[in-house]
Amino acid sequence: MSDLAIVEKLKAKFSPEIIDVVEFRGETTVTVKKEKIVDICTFMRDTGGYNLLCDLCSVDYLGQAPRYMVVYNLYNITTKERIRLKAPVEEQGAQIATVSTVWGTANWMERECWDLMGITFVGHPDPRRILMPEDWVGHPLRKDYPVQGSDREPYQGRLS
Amino acid sequence: MGVGQPTTLGSGFITTSLDKLVNWSRASSMWPMTFGLACCAIEMMATGAARFDLDRMGILFRASPRQADVLIVAGTVTKKMLPVILTVYEQMPEPRYVIAMGACASSGGIFDTYSTVQGVDEHIPVDVYIPGCPPRPEGLLYGLMKLQEKIRAERNTFGAAIGIGDVIRS
Repeated sequence: MSDLAIVEKLKAKFSPEIIDVVEFRGETTVTVKKEKIVDICTFMRDTGGYNLLCDLCSVDYLGQAPRYMVVYNLYNITTKERIRLKAPVEEQGAQIATVSTVWGTANWMERECWDLMGITFVGHPDPRRILMPEDWVGHPLRKDYPVQGSDREPYQGRLS
Repeated sequence: MGVGQPTTLGSGFITTSLDKLVNWSRASSMWPMTFGLACCAIEMMATGAARFDLDRMGILFRASPRQADVLIVAGTVTKKMLPVILTVYEQMPEPRYVIAMGACASSGGIFDTYSTVQGVDEHIPVDVYIPGCPPRPEGLLYGLMKLQEKIRAERNTFGAAIGIGDVIRS
């Protein structure tokens, strides 16, 4: 599989950065350290041919360290192949470099990720909220965010 | 002909109370604002279209709040959308009426969350609540007829508008 070929190239070039490679039901997931994420993404675009960032999202593993995981779903339009990159982000500071310089579409995806999960993308050209109102306080998709809002009593279960 | 009127007025005249005339004209030409927020708007469109045909009741959707009498809040009101609804409501000329259509507009519905307004009546006065998720067109029609009944029961709205007394609502 050519997915594996790019994984081998990635391993050869960024071996100290790679934490884990998982293959499950034909999907390849590479977990990398966040420090060189821009270099790795540029390599994936230029050498691997992954010219489309399908989605950029994040996961909150509350109670684990590192707490967050930023997920990059890449797509190669020419060969119709997919690969997934993951980068753990620790709770303190919650920062990772922006990849909006690699794929322009990352701009809005990173805004959404910051808006809802509170992960700061360093170097982002337009770090504003995109879904919530501009004066909103907090990041609602974090696991410790009260689902009914911070101005209400927490849900105690059904009354009847 | 009004009762006890001299016949010299001729057959081209009737007499009535000003309230009845004003209420009749208002209830017979309730123009709602074209303002859909969610799936309830689909039912609202179906109510306005050929099968249920709101036009036969004199209810024509208007695209400008300046020309509208009724605001049908058709769908989930998010906290981000609320300022827009308030602007539309404030742009409507008086007398203006509000219908909360569906469970979401009435109470927040299933969206008991941080981003959803728990009933639009927390922010603007609501005249008629229509339950349902979404209400069928018959439900919206019934709500609109309830609003017509409410308008017909008003007293002295014209007088209050020109500074004589207050509106009496039963």
